[in-house]
Amino acid sequence: MYPHISHLEDKPILDIRGLSVRYNGRAALDGVTFHLHPGERVAVVGPNGAGKSTLFKVIAGVLAPAAGEVTVYGSKPGKHVCIAYIPQRSQVDWNFPVTVADVVMMGRSAKLGPVGWPKKHDWDDVAVALETVALSELADRRISELTGGQQQRMFIARALAQEAELMLLDEPLTGLDTPSQEAILSLLQRLPEQGVTVMVATHDLEQAANHFDRIMLLNQRMVALGTPTSVLSRENLMRAYGGRMQSVAGEHILSAGGHEEEMEHRDLA
Amino acid sequence: MTWLSWLTEPLAYGFMQRGMVAVVVVGVVCAVVGTFVVLRGMAFFGDALAHTILPGVALGYLLGAGREALFWWALATSVVAALGIGAISRHARVREDTAIGIIFAGMFALGIALISTARSYAVDLSHFLFGDVLGVTAQSLVLMLVFGAGALLTVAALFKEFMTLSFDPILAATLRLPVGLLNNVLLVLIAVAVAVSMQTVGVALMVAMLITPAATAYLLTRRLATMMIVSGCLAAASGIAGLFASYYWSIASGPAVVLVATCLFLAVLASKRLRRS
Repeated sequence: MYPHISHLEDKPILDIRGLSVRYNGRAALDGVTFHLHPGERVAVVGPNGAGKSTLFKVIAGVLAPAAGEVTVYGSKPGKHVCIAYIPQRSQVDWNFPVTVADVVMMGRSAKLGPVGWPKKHDWDDVAVALETVALSELADRRISELTGGQQQRMFIARALAQEAELMLLDEPLTGLDTPSQEAILSLLQRLPEQGVTVMVATHDLEQAANHFDRIMLLNQRMVALGTPTSVLSRENLMRAYGGRMQSVAGEHILSAGGHEEEMEHRDLA
Repeated sequence: MTWLSWLTEPLAYGFMQRGMVAVVVVGVVCAVVGTFVVLRGMAFFGDALAHTILPGVALGYLLGAGREALFWWALATSVVAALGIGAISRHARVREDTAIGIIFAGMFALGIALISTARSYAVDLSHFLFGDVLGVTAQSLVLMLVFGAGALLTVAALFKEFMTLSFDPILAATLRLPVGLLNNVLLVLIAVAVAVSMQTVGVALMVAMLITPAATAYLLTRRLATMMIVSGCLAAASGIAGLFASYYWSIASGPAVVLVATCLFLAVLASKRLRRS
């Protein structure tokens, strides 16, 4: 069987201490420490290159840290199958010959065991997951035919089929139109009811502030972690975004936008 | 001559019967394994691997191995080369395609150099390069069937693992699938497909068996399992049609099979373009 590891339920779902990661000798993450309890929803915000994807890959157990400790329910993440990493849409080969239901079924690969083929109850689980993300009617579509929002919801369904307890979504809102973003945000809002803990990397401070319990400001180091009002101070934002954020009149100045060079500026108030 | 006798006449010969079975087996095995070669962008690896087995086969040939024994030489070289290239391209200090290119050309040159020391150099070299499907013996055919069936069963058994790994390697890793092992199994499967096809299409054209029918099927299907089935059928059809062309128009059999597969690809591509416009 593929590895399954027991959970120490009294431990935090995620506990990170002094985490540092290096790429070719350059620090990608430096001394990051925090922990999460089940059902929390955290937006991870920071400029490009802040280490958001790196953080997620270390948590998912697919990237080894240079220093520090990561534990999931009290043990190293490398054997847990309860962690789902949802890639940026640009990282996916959308011409791969699979249907929506096929992709969602991939989430069950570990549960099926080696050499196992999906049984009826697995397809039932896939149907339930697709129902949850309102994609039932598109189950037999080839994935190249989906819109950006549908692609993102398909991956959330895959994480549900995986029975993930910790979902790491890498820039799920980037490049989506407003209705699609709203659909995903409301879906994410409902996930804690199913006991799912959610971390979302995003550029959009306004959405982070309006839709998440906690915000983590990250720029290789952890700048701040807490409620939106406590984290999004002018001082913290300057520390996270540095010289790239220009001041605009008003107390709460938030920079947002998907591109490194063209930052939009919006008032949160 | 009626169309029926046109079809049956070549099959009166034992070498044509064996050749037909051989092209179908080779076609189906290469087409199914080749699905992953196409989807994972490993065409250059496949081409390199096919060429890299030449020195192993040449060595066996110089040591006097018969046709059946050459299969074992091909298989051993192919498996070692596949795992070796896989390891080197993971750890290379130069770009992966550069590393593969260096090994591929060097090994190919070594193979030709070895064969050139033999007296019947030209004829034998052309058999290794372009295949000799009509020289397939019954014993060779048994080996091809056994190893081909083994490869197909492995793909069937590990279908969902290979699909998950090919579509989203990070998902495969977070599901704690044995990613390294699966990658190596896939390399070995490609190696087996190469060894099985060596005698039929030769090393120079082998990459066409791996990628052309799979690429055509990619254009025609929307699910991986269907892509494999369609790819296998296209390859079998190309093989049979190629052998008829070879028989009636005296074209070398390996190139004839590859040309039919190429024409099918172009026809499908053109019809897709026309339908879209």
